[in-house]
Amino acid sequence: MAYSIMIVGVGGQGTLLASRLIGDAMVRAGRDVKVSEVHGMSQRGGSVVTYVKYGDRVDSPIVDLGEADLILSFELLEAARWLPYLKTGGKLISNDRRIDPMPVITGAAKYPDGIDAAIRAAGADLTLLDALSLAVAAGSAKAVNVVLVGVAARQTDIPKEVWLESVRETVPPKFLEMNLKAFELGYAYGDK
Amino acid sequence: MKQLMLGNEGIARGLYEAGVRVVSSYPGTPSTEATEAAAKYPEMRCEWAPNEKVAAEVAAGAAIAGARSFCSMKHVGMNVAADPMFTMSYEGVNAGMVMLVADDPGMHSSQNEQDSRHYAQASKLLMLEPADSEECRVFTKTAYELSERFDTPVIIRETTRIAHSRSLVNEEERVELPLREYKKDPGKYVMMPAMAKGRHVIVEQRTLAERAFAETEAFELGLNRVEYNDTRVGVIASGICYQYAKEALGDRASYLKIGTVWPLPDSALKDFASRCETVWVIEELDGFIESRCLELGLEVLGKDKFTLLGEYSQQMIKQVVTGEHSPYVKPGLDIPGRPPALCAGCPHRGLYYALKKIGCYVSGDIGCYTLGALAPLGMIDTCICMGASVSALHGRNRADAANAKNSVAVIGDSTFIHSGITGLVDIAYNRTDSVVIVLDNSITGMTGHQQNPTTGKNIYGEPAPAVSIEGVARAVGIQRVRVVDPYDIKECEDAVREELAADGPSVIISRRPCVLLKHVKHEPPRKVDREKCRSCRQCLKIGCPAISMRDGKAEIDFTQCVGCDVCKQMCRFGAIVD
Repeated sequence: MAYSIMIVGVGGQGTLLASRLIGDAMVRAGRDVKVSEVHGMSQRGGSVVTYVKYGDRVDSPIVDLGEADLILSFELLEAARWLPYLKTGGKLISNDRRIDPMPVITGAAKYPDGIDAAIRAAGADLTLLDALSLAVAAGSAKAVNVVLVGVAARQTDIPKEVWLESVRETVPPKFLEMNLKAFELGYAYGDK
Repeated sequence: MKQLMLGNEGIARGLYEAGVRVVSSYPGTPSTEATEAAAKYPEMRCEWAPNEKVAAEVAAGAAIAGARSFCSMKHVGMNVAADPMFTMSYEGVNAGMVMLVADDPGMHSSQNEQDSRHYAQASKLLMLEPADSEECRVFTKTAYELSERFDTPVIIRETTRIAHSRSLVNEEERVELPLREYKKDPGKYVMMPAMAKGRHVIVEQRTLAERAFAETEAFELGLNRVEYNDTRVGVIASGICYQYAKEALGDRASYLKIGTVWPLPDSALKDFASRCETVWVIEELDGFIESRCLELGLEVLGKDKFTLLGEYSQQMIKQVVTGEHSPYVKPGLDIPGRPPALCAGCPHRGLYYALKKIGCYVSGDIGCYTLGALAPLGMIDTCICMGASVSALHGRNRADAANAKNSVAVIGDSTFIHSGITGLVDIAYNRTDSVVIVLDNSITGMTGHQQNPTTGKNIYGEPAPAVSIEGVARAVGIQRVRVVDPYDIKECEDAVREELAADGPSVIISRRPCVLLKHVKHEPPRKVDREKCRSCRQCLKIGCPAISMRDGKAEIDFTQCVGCDVCKQMCRFGAIVD
């Protein structure tokens, strides 16, 4: 059975890089891997989801309702939106950031209160963290994705060295030091 | 080591290994990365063509000249390329020619959900459909062998989940092939009635030979495959649906996995159906394989139970075939949707807000700027296909000349080159007082920043001659041509009002580069002075994703804001500050 990860967020938050990083680490660890991405229109500020699956053998590249072992959410409302994809007993890690979708900005809809409580009430194992502050501490608000990958890395059986190698291979050299720091901060948080 | 590649990158690897020399494409989600990845191999000369028709013709010319060639397109791009495609089916090739078409079930980034498999049948071209990135590589190489063997262009069909999924790919060496000799042969390469009559006979014979291939050798080559497990349930599937079915049903079903989508292996369909109790044809979009099964008199289940709409998934297949599904929970919340939006700092925003102030009709087109149709801007009335904004505006103004005083077309720089120019020629030649606004953000935006003939760079980022939009407009006979800065709402509004009032057709170029381009410098994020903010929500009317209400006042998200100052022009109280 493949281990299934969903990475969800808002277009522009860097979810694609996160899925590539995780996929790369799994390949290094010798697993069969499939990663499914979404390009094009929904990348422009829409709700975006990418899937990473690994194991001895992976057939479908997508994760369906009730199948995700781990959901890594870059934004709180998106965590709630994609919760039905979490497997019973699965783990949900979410950035606590709020980004209003356009219907909320225009006043046509309301951003719900108490999202974390509602997710927990539905029986999900939720870890909520301020990944933006950790990213800023690492040197850039843009490093939120690598912080979150660091947190998620702790949920896997892949050694830290493999993860660090993937960060080195995946991010642009110019931002390597900052991203390594972001990964370390996330990795340390994931231990809590 | 195996590499984790997108299906599109697997295609590009296959092109490289097959010794392809010439690649010409127009970008279109989900096909774009095949050509982008191909451009990373210096052995292949790659180009962004002005549109898919040109790309297919370049590939045709190269193949006839003896070089293996390739062009890629999304499903609707194949409509544009269909003209050369149907006749290239008659002419055949010299060196191999492969066309990639990427369908988009579920319409992640498309205006319709057409099933391009019909094109293979209609144009009588061999079509292969891979089911993962490794098959993308291998099938691509095989496609060139088949193209040369059967003397035909070959189509490879992907869907979004193949094109944009990464899986492991083996790498092999490239074969360097000399140019095949071109021999003048008007009977084969000049399609006029007398010659085409002869060629049509060959095309029909070829299809029979290809079907015989699909029924036999295609199984030996691994293009088609039978897997017998429990034979109470048989599944006929190709591409991504094979993967979904495998995951849903595993060893509880037997499979006929089809790679030769056209012509289909009739004898294999019959044989498989005879060995399984219940046979399902599982395919997204139309019942293409199912129709062939029904023609053959086979008893199969398909579109009676499965939808014609959108994407499938493993849970959907499990539910339909076995009645089972995995349990899941929902949060007890009303979750607002999150439709895509123009980016913070997008240059299209100011122009659209100016149009909203004027309250005019907007004939729209295909690109990032189609998002101007959504609330709160809501400023697009129609969107049909690439280039239609310009010609449909002419039609509207022809229907009633009074429309010309209150109607504009909007079209991007790349789309203008693709097929907007011909519409503009029509406006100038047949003369309506149409106002065409070219939203020139100096890049092909929605597909992820490809160069185009207006940007001054080629696919490699090397300097290239830039087509002048102003120059084209003047050359076709438009006398009123002007440029505005879309960050200046007032300037845009004044310009559009003037051109609507003026006699004669006009072109307005709304020019500012896409804010996501690496070379575009961002200003520091702006802030809201909470003392000055009167909570009037005026700044929210431009639909910038960086501005929202927090604790009763407007707030700007510093992670998104690029300091474009369009919102500043909305605030009457000077509450938005540097």
